[in-house]
Amino acid sequence: MTEFDFEYLRAYLKQRSGLALSSEKRYLVESRLAPVCRRFNFATLRDLIGSLKITHDGAIERAVVEAMTTNETFFFRDRLPFDLFRDVVLPEALARNAARRRLRIWCAAASTGQEPYSIAMLLQEAAPRLSGWQVDLVATDISSEVIERAKLGLYSQFEVQRGLPVQWLLKYFTQIGEQWQISASLRSMVEFRQFNLLHGFEGLGSFDVIFCRNVLIYFDAPTKSEILGRFANSLIPGGALMLGAAETVIGLTDRLVPDTKHRGLYGHASPQAPALRAVAV
Amino acid sequence: MSQREMTCLVVDDSAVIRKVARRIIEDFGYAVVEAEDGDSALAICAESMPDLILLDWNMPNRDGYAFLQELRQTEAGKRPKVVFCTTENDVGAIARALRGGADEYIMKPFDRDILTAKLEQVGLSIRTNTDFY
Ligand SMILES: C[S@@+](CC[C@H](N)C(=O)[O-])C[C@H]1O[C@@H](n2cnc3c(N)ncnc32)[C@H](O)[C@@H]1O
Repeated sequence: MTEFDFEYLRAYLKQRSGLALSSEKRYLVESRLAPVCRRFNFATLRDLIGSLKITHDGAIERAVVEAMTTNETFFFRDRLPFDLFRDVVLPEALARNAARRRLRIWCAAASTGQEPYSIAMLLQEAAPRLSGWQVDLVATDISSEVIERAKLGLYSQFEVQRGLPVQWLLKYFTQIGEQWQISASLRSMVEFRQFNLLHGFEGLGSFDVIFCRNVLIYFDAPTKSEILGRFANSLIPGGALMLGAAETVIGLTDRLVPDTKHRGLYGHASPQAPALRAVAV
Repeated sequence: MSQREMTCLVVDDSAVIRKVARRIIEDFGYAVVEAEDGDSALAICAESMPDLILLDWNMPNRDGYAFLQELRQTEAGKRPKVVFCTTENDVGAIARALRGGADEYIMKPFDRDILTAKLEQVGLSIRTNTDFY
């Protein structure tokens, strides 16, 4: 791959998905895109990149973006955010919304579904407190391929053993041959949609809780700032944003601040800020 | 640093599995002892009760399930965290193991990520590289 092709691909990925491909990641390009070349019958990576330059074949474009993004995820990843959700965020939201009896949660980089299903299991465990409530759990990802997998809720033996307590494997999954499928009732709790974080959030409505974990790390600072600003618009007053362990709002937006008591949790900077948001809803 | 070293008993009739498990669990900061069947595992426990037991199911001279039942009869034997680690991978076996007193369950093949996740699941601390700083 020439320097020129690499630069082209880098700009292309940034524009399509936000992914900021650093020069050190250059080695990844060939191994990740080789299967895409095979699938669409390009003899070389050059030919594939050449075709991106001249045509707009949606299938090829999606395959390139999907091949270059990291989908790694697992159930209850890092544990702490889910403990916080159960012990802090959920009780607060239940108290705050007691009159409306409505709760809206958005999982903004859902990958193959482990994160939204982890939340769904926690909601299921809290079911008695949620009876009579309308709970929306929206899970989105730029990749339609992972969204389709997530909808199926079918996981390998390896996937169900990373982070999921075995008691919950028995409680919420059915064994199908070598695989495990999450129960239909949990699947029906999550609304999966393909969605690119670079696009406007207006169509999604506003949320009490937004999980956006382990995706902003792949973006450059201006893109992170832009997305975090839009999260601030989408959060209802008092709502919570949960980021990944290596992610923060500090230095990126003034509208969101870390919760001083709980690491990984972020909220609106001042009581006035959310008022601006009313326009966007 | 003054903490007592945590101990793990690996019970498996396969020397290869014991070796793989030992390498990973030692990295987690545990002292590891091995047993190749349920009987010798019981003898080891009678002498010194480990904090963690990684337990195969199918073994000669008392299988893992029978070992667990015997272990949990005694007061001291209720303390260790027991994680099954076996090729038995059907719902019935898992449910039975849990009823029999197991804390967690690993379906082989396993790797470092799975072991890490399962030890965290049962509330055992593992040493990570960051502890050195
Ligand atoms: C590493 S996974 C994180 C999954 C999960 N949130 C977790 O923490 O385990 C990152 C996900 O972000 C998705 N992604 C990358 N760029 C995106 C974008 N512009 N819009 C929406 N999702 C994106 C990828 O497809 C991938 O599934």
